[in-house]
Amino acid sequence: MAYIQCENLTLRYESLVVQQNLSFSVEKGDYLCIVGENGSGKSTLVKCLLGLKQADGGSLTFGDGLKRNEIGYLPQQSMIQRSFPASVREVVLSGCVSRTGLHPFYTKADKARAQEQMECLNITALADRCYRELSGGQQQRVLLARALCATKKLLLLDEPLTGLDPLVSAELYGILRHIHDDHGITVIMVTHDVECAVRHAKSILHIGKNENFFGSCEAYEHSPLGRRFLGDSIAQEQCTHCEQSRHPHIPIRHGGGKGAQA
Amino acid sequence: MNDLAAILTPEYISVILLPALIAGVAVSLCASLLGVSLVLKRCSMIGDGLSHVGYGTLCIAIALGWAPMKVTIPVVILAAYILLRLSENSRLGGDTAIALFSTSALALGILASSKANLTTDVSHYMFGSILAMTRSDVIFSVVLSICVLLVYLLFYDKIFAVTFDENFARATGLNVRFYNLLIAVLTAVTVVLGMMMMGALLISSLMIFPAVTAMRLNKRFRGVVLTAVIVSVSCFLTGLVLSLWLDTAVGASVILMNLLVFAVSSAISVLRGVRRA
Repeated sequence: MAYIQCENLTLRYESLVVQQNLSFSVEKGDYLCIVGENGSGKSTLVKCLLGLKQADGGSLTFGDGLKRNEIGYLPQQSMIQRSFPASVREVVLSGCVSRTGLHPFYTKADKARAQEQMECLNITALADRCYRELSGGQQQRVLLARALCATKKLLLLDEPLTGLDPLVSAELYGILRHIHDDHGITVIMVTHDVECAVRHAKSILHIGKNENFFGSCEAYEHSPLGRRFLGDSIAQEQCTHCEQSRHPHIPIRHGGGKGAQA
Repeated sequence: MNDLAAILTPEYISVILLPALIAGVAVSLCASLLGVSLVLKRCSMIGDGLSHVGYGTLCIAIALGWAPMKVTIPVVILAAYILLRLSENSRLGGDTAIALFSTSALALGILASSKANLTTDVSHYMFGSILAMTRSDVIFSVVLSICVLLVYLLFYDKIFAVTFDENFARATGLNVRFYNLLIAVLTAVTVVLGMMMMGALLISSLMIFPAVTAMRLNKRFRGVVLTAVIVSVSCFLTGLVLSLWLDTAVGASVILMNLLVFAVSSAISVLRGVRRA
């Protein structure tokens, strides 16, 4: 059974139906990128996955040992309060908030977990700095560490690259690859950047206003929808983010992966 | 200007000043703690809205001859719940909904008090009368303040998570609605207690000033909370002493002290920024 199985989902944004009959699945170990135009329902889908909103039809089931509250969520930057005075350590530790259960305070294990994630993302030196004074890339690492405190299974990132320069974006892709490959964490990422998505992901879910695609990156590159969004030149060119970085973590992928066309 | 030595007779201190001091410190403490969450959640207006509702309810209770506090606290808690739901779901937008709701409650109260000719009794609650608080008022305030304090400390980590990023907290399975309600209920209790001492018109600034002052000076949430508490209590104490000395209204003196400290802290944070740049 898949981690997440969506069947014939209907999504509504206020009174407008933005998606109908949306079906896809996320398996354990997947790296899925969700792409699509503005207003196609990407954010609404994220909200449904997180349980912040109910879908208007169809079914959304969690399986393979994943519970809905085990998703580590990295929200859009605009959703975070930029003026909030909080130290990096406080923000990362808040990822453990639902682990404490009825216990009123964070336990030693929670603090150790937060420390471990900060080390993993190389932000230990920033631990006592103020979150709002960090650069965009550093802030994303902090939020990623927080999300990793909340999950050992699945990360859901909502447009994590918005507002970051290409170098920092490439670095973030590298970190995600490391988390996915070495820590075995399943990744779902919503992004605008279709070209980078096909380089890094295993499968693609494209939700459009009129048509959808779900399948492997390779199949997406050869699908009419994929060709229209990627342009014909993609086969020869590398995406700008990958090209400008010499980050060792980032292998350039050419399609591949599993999944079936929906 | 008063001669402090002449006013501060042992009898005055034990009967009037000390109870006021204890109640004032307790309520200032609660107000500053909750203020941090309200300011950061961008719902400072809820405090103000609740004080309007509280004042309106008090007028009605007094006009009908009911015990004012026992009626007002549950009504304001209910109002806090409704205001929270309105600001979550309303098409009008949170602040508009609060303004409509709270001024309507206030209007009802004023109507009731004017029909019953209550102008002097209820004006106590408009501007506050901390030195006129009875012994039972003081005990009531202190007990409730301790409850607010305990609940806040016990849920500190959760309140931080809900204040910083509500969606994330909800996604990890935290019952965000419960914690929002908790903050609203604690705010409601604090507003009603503060109304007795500071007056309905001034109580919301007792919540907001220490929080914004602390936010100017700190980079950590814990630091903000602690600074807000210190600022709030020390402004209350100096405001009280000044009001005795200069023979001014207590509530207004406390707020002006808060304003002064806010101005100084803003200047400090600007200077820090200049030096860094």
